[in-house]
Amino acid sequence: MLDVVLSFAAILIVFLVLPLIVGQTEHKVMAHMQSRLGPMYAGGFHGWAQLIADGVKFAQKEDVIPAAADRRIFMIAPGVALVPYLLVLIAIPLDRGLVAVDLDLGLFFVLAVMGVGVLGAIMAGWASANKYSVLGGMRSAAQLMAYELPLVLAASSVAMAAGTLSIPGIVEAWQWWWLPWQAIGGAVFFVAGLAELRRPPFDMPIAESEIIMGPMTEYTGMRFALFMLAEYVGIVVLSFLTTVLFLGGWHGPFLPGWLWTLVKVFALAFVVIWLRVTYPRLREDQLQKLAWAGLVPLALVQLALTGVVKVLL
Amino acid sequence: MTERVVGIGAGAKELATEDMILNIGPQHPSTHGVLRLRLTLDGERIATAEPIIGYMHRGAEKLFEVRDYRQIIMLANRHDWLSGFANELGVVLAAERLLGMEPPVRAVWARTLLAELNRVLNHLMFLGSYPLELGAITPLFYAFDERERIQAVMEEISGGRMHYMFNRVGGLKEDLPLGWLDRVSAAVAETRRRVPDIEDLILHNDIFLARTTGVGVLTHDQIMQYGVSGPIARASGVDLDLRRDDPYLAYPELPVKVVTRSAGDCHARFEVLLDQLKVSLDLADTCADRLRALPPGPINQRLPKVLKVPEGHTYAWTENPLGINGYYLVSRGDKTPWRLKLRSASYNNIQVLREMLPGHLVADMVAILGSMFFVVGDIDK
Repeated sequence: MLDVVLSFAAILIVFLVLPLIVGQTEHKVMAHMQSRLGPMYAGGFHGWAQLIADGVKFAQKEDVIPAAADRRIFMIAPGVALVPYLLVLIAIPLDRGLVAVDLDLGLFFVLAVMGVGVLGAIMAGWASANKYSVLGGMRSAAQLMAYELPLVLAASSVAMAAGTLSIPGIVEAWQWWWLPWQAIGGAVFFVAGLAELRRPPFDMPIAESEIIMGPMTEYTGMRFALFMLAEYVGIVVLSFLTTVLFLGGWHGPFLPGWLWTLVKVFALAFVVIWLRVTYPRLREDQLQKLAWAGLVPLALVQLALTGVVKVLL
Repeated sequence: MTERVVGIGAGAKELATEDMILNIGPQHPSTHGVLRLRLTLDGERIATAEPIIGYMHRGAEKLFEVRDYRQIIMLANRHDWLSGFANELGVVLAAERLLGMEPPVRAVWARTLLAELNRVLNHLMFLGSYPLELGAITPLFYAFDERERIQAVMEEISGGRMHYMFNRVGGLKEDLPLGWLDRVSAAVAETRRRVPDIEDLILHNDIFLARTTGVGVLTHDQIMQYGVSGPIARASGVDLDLRRDDPYLAYPELPVKVVTRSAGDCHARFEVLLDQLKVSLDLADTCADRLRALPPGPINQRLPKVLKVPEGHTYAWTENPLGINGYYLVSRGDKTPWRLKLRSASYNNIQVLREMLPGHLVADMVAILGSMFFVVGDIDK
């Protein structure tokens, strides 16, 4: 009992610290890619405490709920957006034997729970009683429909290769030559995951220059902060999943396993940030086209490839 | 629980749907201020669009009638806050024409140089802000780096970063500082070296191309009907540039290369802006060289304490960075104009949105709006 509580506490700490590190990295990386410095004051050394200061500010702000809003749904939406990602982290191994809960159906659980997170955006979009929010919510829903399929197809390719749905089991079975073998699946998974997180260039539902902030338009204070936190936890979760499914998790020479996992996670998180700095935003019909005409066929090709190699071996 | 009906029929033909009316603005991130667009949406497709203007009306034309010419220059450089120097020019050109006053040759060349630098500043602003509206955040910072460099030389000469107030009837406020021309040339050379970075960053990006090519096509007829001018008109193949077709200042002696495109879509408009930027940098260089070669002499004329413009009327128009900017000056011999009508570029350019927007998606609306390169102060005056 105690070790379960302890591991949950550890997960919670990881869950709160990693997104902050990713957020701070985003501040700094974006700034330096754009010939700026980024935060420099909070906490003294290169503004390391900027996000803590932001958190304090958010906590002090008034929690405004629009008069016409559907109050109860409006209030729980940020939680719905955030909590599923916390649950996902439970099933992800950091090192051999270092996982909070080793589920036999881990991959299935992870993909199912991740899909719930998007409901938060749809709920917020509907409950805000704001036309921009509704547009954003509808875009979120459409995006979820389009990108869940390639995500699941790509993930199932790895499960087929490993012959198990347990995530530690998949990492255990991973060999270096899976990198080229599962490369297409990995790319599809990462891109579809980005779209599910609504990160640029797939940030149509948020699109601040078009529909202000989409579902988040009416949110202030802590509830808005929870949405932002959900976004960064999402980055961490996506990077973790891509790492354990396609990049071999803890496998790697010289360094200890947990460090390898973290190195891969942060490399992927860096790519996520890099894409935001580089690309404009897709239009939603182009986004749908990319999913149905690009990613789904590619994921199917990967599935066929996995099947053929599996049979031949 | 409140019950609510929202008419978003996402493509469902058989279900009863209702159109949604969406007010873009007057407070909206992509309207650069307080333009308001009243859209009727079917899903996300725009059925009708109506630009509603006037939220920033400051009564500029009425104020012109109760201010003397020195004060009018100050008022006039504010309607389009990205082209302060170019706005001043029209006023002083009109007043000088009625006065029969000939500004000194050094003033003419210095004005031309400053007008081109102003054009560079203006275009850099839009080259940065347009990608931002499409979701690319980085080009903005590249463009602002360049703006900072050019603004430094403008600030050195006039003290202002946006509202230069450097024109006077009969010339310029002061002579050029020592060594300033060299600093101009250095800034221009550095900017010319850096502009390809912005180009590489965004112009050929696949997503940028997908968002802009074929979107918001403006036809030759629409341009003629609505009096659209400037880079927007030239992107649709309307080959009109007052610097070449009705030259003022030192433009008759300058090789003005008029940039045109035929596609008329958002991408063409962006390309025209980028190419015009390069042309302006070249023109600025030529002007700086000519100024160096000119013999020393006055930069302005001594004016009487109370400047009265003789009775008459004239129309002075200039090729402002955003299009044709005209002043119709009617004087009754007083120290203030009897009427000073302002024809600003953005006012005409924005009217055509009514025809351009229907049929496009909300996302395209932002792409089109951004590519119409307007300043709200220039619309509302």
